[in-house]
Amino acid sequence: MSEKPGWRELPRGAVSYKSTEEYETGDWGIQFPEIDHSKCTKCMLCHFFCPEGAIRVREDGYTEVDLKYCKGCGICAEECPAKCIKLVLKT
Amino acid sequence: MRESQILMGMNGDEAVAYATKQVNPDVVAAYPITPQTIIVERFSEYVADGEVETEFVPVESEHSALSSCVGAAAVGGRAFTATAANGLALMWEITYIASSLRLPIVMAVVNRALSGPINIHNDHSDSMGARDSGWIQIYCENSQEVYDACIEAWRIGEHPDVQLPVMVCLDGFTLSHTMENVLTLPDGAVEEFVGDRRFITVKGHMGEAELRLDPETPLSMGPFDLQDYYFEHKRQQVEAMDEALRVIPEVDAEFSKLSGRSYGLIHPYRLEDADIAVIGLGSTMGTVRYVVDGLRKEGVKAGLLKIRAFRPFPVEEIIEAVRDIPAVGVLDKATSLGAPGGPLYEEVKTTFYDESDRPLIADYIHGLGGRDASPSLIRSIFKGLEDIRSRGEVSEKVTYIGVRE
Repeated sequence: MSEKPGWRELPRGAVSYKSTEEYETGDWGIQFPEIDHSKCTKCMLCHFFCPEGAIRVREDGYTEVDLKYCKGCGICAEECPAKCIKLVLKT
Repeated sequence: MRESQILMGMNGDEAVAYATKQVNPDVVAAYPITPQTIIVERFSEYVADGEVETEFVPVESEHSALSSCVGAAAVGGRAFTATAANGLALMWEITYIASSLRLPIVMAVVNRALSGPINIHNDHSDSMGARDSGWIQIYCENSQEVYDACIEAWRIGEHPDVQLPVMVCLDGFTLSHTMENVLTLPDGAVEEFVGDRRFITVKGHMGEAELRLDPETPLSMGPFDLQDYYFEHKRQQVEAMDEALRVIPEVDAEFSKLSGRSYGLIHPYRLEDADIAVIGLGSTMGTVRYVVDGLRKEGVKAGLLKIRAFRPFPVEEIIEAVRDIPAVGVLDKATSLGAPGGPLYEEVKTTFYDESDRPLIADYIHGLGGRDASPSLIRSIFKGLEDIRSRGEVSEKVTYIGVRE
């Protein structure tokens, strides 16, 4: 929270002072997914199911989570057929 | 300039409409059926007769009326509407939107009892419910004040340090439907006084821009504002209300140079040496002044304090005005069911809690649903205050006066 502007500095009228691209929604979640690549079959279902588009497919075929935008909903872990995704509580 | 003013016979509704005609706002949006008053009917005649350049939008509800004003004000226009009682209640959701978007809309609220039971007569239950919505609230004693407030309101709300919507409150029927003498300024003088709408500059996502929607300088207004920003934006509204306490008298002083009339935040009357006094809002205070003059002739040191600005609440000015008066009665024309007292009483008591010099304070809830606040009723309040003063204590904190037992 400390890096966000205070009320004296923020623009009046609650207008957005930055683009939504820069508005990182990843801090909304209380948990985040961890992918165990040793069990991953590269099926990419987590990438397709992620409602936030926060799971990318890397060059090597494995997927990775963009924590700047992941809200920790857990759909990826639920849908993963190899059960290689688990949700970890943020500390 | 004072010589060029014209004396007109107008009721409160017409005073609102006439002042607004002279301001010539860009948009007036209103629901034209009950509980609406003559205000928008008269204004629509000005539109039909080509006396204003205003776009008149007759909508299907008060919710839509205020929503239209929000849209008009967001794109940089001057937007006006009028309502009363349940009409204001239907606008509820949008009153908070307008103030948080910092849109200086002006709205005349004809104070009528909020149904139910169904009633169309005067009390303050409608606008008192909206006191936390972030609108400036100015309460008027007579139609002259109504006319003047409907001109000043634009300058107050649009001030760069304020940028808030303004409610001009006038008592239903007592003011809205009663013919009075009103001194009116020439059209040109009003036009010059209100000038063009002023905008503040904000930092938007594409850089600096005036706070209005313009395709040349895009802004996002009204986005989702969650736990990480909402609190800061509310804090800004608090600051704007504090600034309004300074701006209201400033605008009023400038207006008085034009009109010879000035009101300020509060209006004390015969308080200097008063033993007992009544604090209140709106048209009842005219009756209180009449009673005070009568009591003074009888040797009773009575006075009154009329509060013109209820939001923002002028704490310092009220302390200064009545701290040395032994007994003060608060006239509430609304009740807050289940609360320790009426809304004005609660504000006045909170104002004095930390003061070492403070009056004994009692609440008199009166006039609900249009019950008449007669001179004899006001006299009985002063009688009660004399008892409080002589006993040195308030035995009955809240009195419902004028109700049948």
